[in-house]
Amino acid sequence: MTGNRLPRWLVVVLAAGPAAGLAVFYVWPFVTVLSEALTGEAVGQTMRRRATWDVAWFTLWQAVVSTAVTIAAGMAPAYVVARYEFRGRTLLVGLLTAVFVLPTVVMGAAFLALLPDSLDRTVWAVIGAHVVFNLAVVVRLVGLAWEHLPTDMEAAAATLGASARQVFKEITLPLLRPAVTAAAAIVFLFTFTSFGVIRVLGAPGTRTIEVEVWRRATQLGDLGGAATLTVLQLAVLGGVVTWSAVAQRRHSRAIDQRPSTARRRAVGRAETRAVRVTAGLSAAVVIAPLLALVVRSFSTPTGWSAGAWANLGRTEVRPGLRIGIDPVDALWNSARIAAWATVVAVVVGALASLAIAAAGRSGRLLDVGLMLPIGTSAVTIGFGMLITFDTAPVDWRGEWWLVPVGHALIAVPFVVRSTLGVLRSVDPQLADAAATLGASPVRAWAETVVPALWRPLAVGAALAAAISLGEFGATSFLSRSGGETLPIAIERLLGRTGSLLQAQGSALAAILAAATILLVVVVERLQSPAPTRARRDRGRRPA
Amino acid sequence: MSGVDVRGVTVRFDGVTVLDRVSLSLAPGEIAALLGPSGSGKTTLLRVIAGIVPPDRGTVSIDGVDVTTAPIQRRRVGMVFQDNQLFPHRSTIDNVAFGLKMQGVGRSERLRRAADWLERVGLDGFADRRVTELSGGEAKRVALARTLIAEPVVVLLDEPLTGLDRELHDRLTAELATLLRTTGVTTLLVTHDAAEATAIADRVVRIGELA
Repeated sequence: MTGNRLPRWLVVVLAAGPAAGLAVFYVWPFVTVLSEALTGEAVGQTMRRRATWDVAWFTLWQAVVSTAVTIAAGMAPAYVVARYEFRGRTLLVGLLTAVFVLPTVVMGAAFLALLPDSLDRTVWAVIGAHVVFNLAVVVRLVGLAWEHLPTDMEAAAATLGASARQVFKEITLPLLRPAVTAAAAIVFLFTFTSFGVIRVLGAPGTRTIEVEVWRRATQLGDLGGAATLTVLQLAVLGGVVTWSAVAQRRHSRAIDQRPSTARRRAVGRAETRAVRVTAGLSAAVVIAPLLALVVRSFSTPTGWSAGAWANLGRTEVRPGLRIGIDPVDALWNSARIAAWATVVAVVVGALASLAIAAAGRSGRLLDVGLMLPIGTSAVTIGFGMLITFDTAPVDWRGEWWLVPVGHALIAVPFVVRSTLGVLRSVDPQLADAAATLGASPVRAWAETVVPALWRPLAVGAALAAAISLGEFGATSFLSRSGGETLPIAIERLLGRTGSLLQAQGSALAAILAAATILLVVVVERLQSPAPTRARRDRGRRPA
Repeated sequence: MSGVDVRGVTVRFDGVTVLDRVSLSLAPGEIAALLGPSGSGKTTLLRVIAGIVPPDRGTVSIDGVDVTTAPIQRRRVGMVFQDNQLFPHRSTIDNVAFGLKMQGVGRSERLRRAADWLERVGLDGFADRRVTELSGGEAKRVALARTLIAEPVVVLLDEPLTGLDRELHDRLTAELATLLRTTGVTTLLVTHDAAEATAIADRVVRIGELA
């Protein structure tokens, strides 16, 4: 093991910072939420309220429907991508993935731009956005399983008399089931905790638990109710995660160890057309909302105009009338916050990775601990920080660094994941060799390990920046008036009537989408022999 | 019983000609062995007969009926794949009974007949085993039973004895010869082992001579 060359005291020093940060900014707020919910009268009151159950019911059914539709819509493209070689195949997978990592607010804005006014603030718009958003999960996970399912096994069933439909029902579907279950669990988790999409697209009747937590905490001042709902949500999510783990273990087959089946070109007119139509439709479904976003940013009731872009910094709706949001300010705020969040995440992530790699088994604890924020909804994190850091001496609500720290907390796991693998693969003999040449342990380690860290840290930095730029859930609780980030400004602008504001919101969303996609492309380029693909599927998108 | 007639079959993969105007006739009930080095297109010929690979040219007839464009499941051609392709999500007996299920045979009836077949291939007591836990020889017997129980009119065997250890290979060769003869089904067996071919088949053909 590489880092065992490091002296013990140094490992402790390295681990201290990240561990303290985790304790103060994650564990403490989390415990505060729990105790807020479990002590007061809030639980009983909230649970007796009919509105609570309306919200819970809506959250559940929209998530179930979103998941079912996403799975249904994703099967055909998953099959085509897994089994066929065609022009634009890689591009299609890339497109789906790019959409998956877009900020939730951008996806909401894109659907707002795409749909006619009669549909755009309804549950159907919400479900549509959820489906397009998460299509990549199904296509990648189920597609991977499909690649490993031998075509000969299906042929074997056919020689035994099974029709195409029977083959699918008796062989294909049961063997894909673990992958479908996994994809369904992930999509369900994302849609059950949907926040940004619903804040942009939702109407008063369409509130998820997350939105209700935000509303109770920040709009109604009902902290106990918000905390109770948070715990209710945690219970549901815990149940789903457990169920999916059990289901996957029960259904796991030896199929994954088989080599993947070679992709082939479509043969004949009908097959070629089917492949093209499927691929084309999938591409259209994800491109259309983004195109609509750009189109909307140029449209006014009186025709096309670049006015929204030209007047991005103009804060007056009409002469003398302001709404208190400055799009250009939001751009700068976001850039500044993202820069700080990236610096903090990279420094903390690098220290933590070094400590985890060096500490061996006892490093597991820090490793798992730092991963927890990924498994926690951003709304829970933001809410916890809001109610924890509100009294002296820790009244930090007004501090400029609270938002970047919150973002960094969510980004650190990505830096650690990116760095740790590289760190563990550096050949320990390199350090031995350096030591035999007379280098001190620390010197030997610095000479061999540190040069290997630049690339994974750059990957981590790009991911951290993308996460920070798009972060909406935690920021909704922490951002101060005047310090709006891009997603906050987008949500506010789109929440107002007036075509200039709508166009400005769309323009900002387009900028944010472009920045996110650019950063993800940078990440993709940096990790050329892509070992981290699967990870992003499991990871959470910037919320 | 049925014969097989392959006429002038040509198959190309990405411009490479794998089979070039191949013709082969099997008399009803005949057991033929097809010999040839690896990569000579033996398996591809089996796949053409089974309907898994459509030929670029030529025809396949079974029992005098042209089945060149018929789907796999309508041909009543049984095939034992080189790697068996047992269904990993089904128990051993459910694998064997699969063909009967597709034919609409009721559950108790098909389980009874599948149990008979397991006994016939020397695997009584294996009914509830997971197929992923079977040894190479056991898996091959299950694959044979699964194919033969469906009473196909033609059986195709792709290197059925390759990769087994010597002793098991010899025993299974003898068993297979007996099994095919008592069943009386028309059989085409692909192998690269001349001794194995003569031990099982009535007639040995070399793929190079099939033009």
